[in-house]
Amino acid sequence: MSQTPQILYCHCNYAQVVPKEVKEAVLRKLCESGVPFEAVADLCEMSARRDPALQRLTQGNAIKIAACYPRAVKWLFAAANAPLPLDRTEVVNMRAETADNVVASLLSMELKPNVPTGKVTASDAPAAETAQA
Amino acid sequence: MALADQSTLRIVLYEGAGATALAGEERFSVLSTLLGQGYAVTRAGSERAVAPADKSSVLVLGRFGAEKPETTTDSSGQVSVRFENLEDTAPEHVIAKVDGVRTTAGAVKQGDWKPWFPVIDYDRCTNCMQCLSFCLFGVYGVDGGQRIQVQNNDNCKTNCPACSRVCPEAAIMFPKYKAGPINGDVVSDKDLNREKMKIDISALLGGDVYHMLRERSEKAQSRFSKERDAEKALSERQKCLVKLAQSGDIPAEVLMSLPSPDEIARRAEEAKAKANAALAAQAPKT
Repeated sequence: MSQTPQILYCHCNYAQVVPKEVKEAVLRKLCESGVPFEAVADLCEMSARRDPALQRLTQGNAIKIAACYPRAVKWLFAAANAPLPLDRTEVVNMRAETADNVVASLLSMELKPNVPTGKVTASDAPAAETAQA
Repeated sequence: MALADQSTLRIVLYEGAGATALAGEERFSVLSTLLGQGYAVTRAGSERAVAPADKSSVLVLGRFGAEKPETTTDSSGQVSVRFENLEDTAPEHVIAKVDGVRTTAGAVKQGDWKPWFPVIDYDRCTNCMQCLSFCLFGVYGVDGGQRIQVQNNDNCKTNCPACSRVCPEAAIMFPKYKAGPINGDVVSDKDLNREKMKIDISALLGGDVYHMLRERSEKAQSRFSKERDAEKALSERQKCLVKLAQSGDIPAEVLMSLPSPDEIARRAEEAKAKANAALAAQAPKT
């Protein structure tokens, strides 16, 4: 099995919290790149419905997820009995990053696991995020 | 509302051998259309792995032309795999085609509900039961081990983050909320200082919200009975709720839709009793 990380894109369909221009630009660039990826309408809805597809998504290789805050994504999956493999998951935050940065992270072969373990406070955040908070 | 026992439809956009590849813009159009309708889509290819198959019915969309494969099942014989030609990528055609297959497959339709519900960060949660004793709508409960959990997320009031504000550890998230730490952003020292106290909603809103609502409602009822002016009574109640809504960032329509004062009192007592029972059960036995 390939060790290349899977890509999962969340369209955050039912709220305006992810800037529309960012999520559309990310989806467009993924489509143009020609890489295989998984796209879901809304991770929140899948979590609320305990959608078994979330388990499918966590059962493969390492995974890069374009969605929102890593802490939220971690517990959305956990709430659906599909805990993310913490050492093999990178969450790219479309609420805080530019579309270019998100796509660069998704398409990079390097995986930077960043799902929080334990309490997350400001001192745990990357410098850029701290500055924005 | 759980999907665990219902059939779902997985869509695979196939552009490999035996099918003609779509242009990037067409691919984007198809994906945008399907995601907008609540579907999950796998864009398959050989360069990277995608999620493995599960028990979901599978619809494979592609430009197969005359070579479109017939409906089949997977190697286990349990999962049906349908194929549809994607000659026309106009949104209405794509939606009609996919909705038709979903109906035939008996798969559920998603996307009819704004997914607004609390998500618990168990790294932070201390199982204090503040949320259980606060929520009037029965969203929270405890599991077999007396651990707090979200049990009825459909009961949650859309856009209302009130329970996260009473959590002393900032452990309750609403991922679709506008600001941190409720949206899942990191928890700052300022957030903790603000939320660290074991408070209830009364402290948070500068008074007992239930008492305040009861009092106002009674006054409004009294005025209504005297003046027979429903609009005035409603206006009075709205004025009262504006302050509450602003201080707790609770949508006014949520407060306006609260049940009657007696019902509020009953539910509050019920929730408190549940929380107390859970706390008593987790207390060390002496």
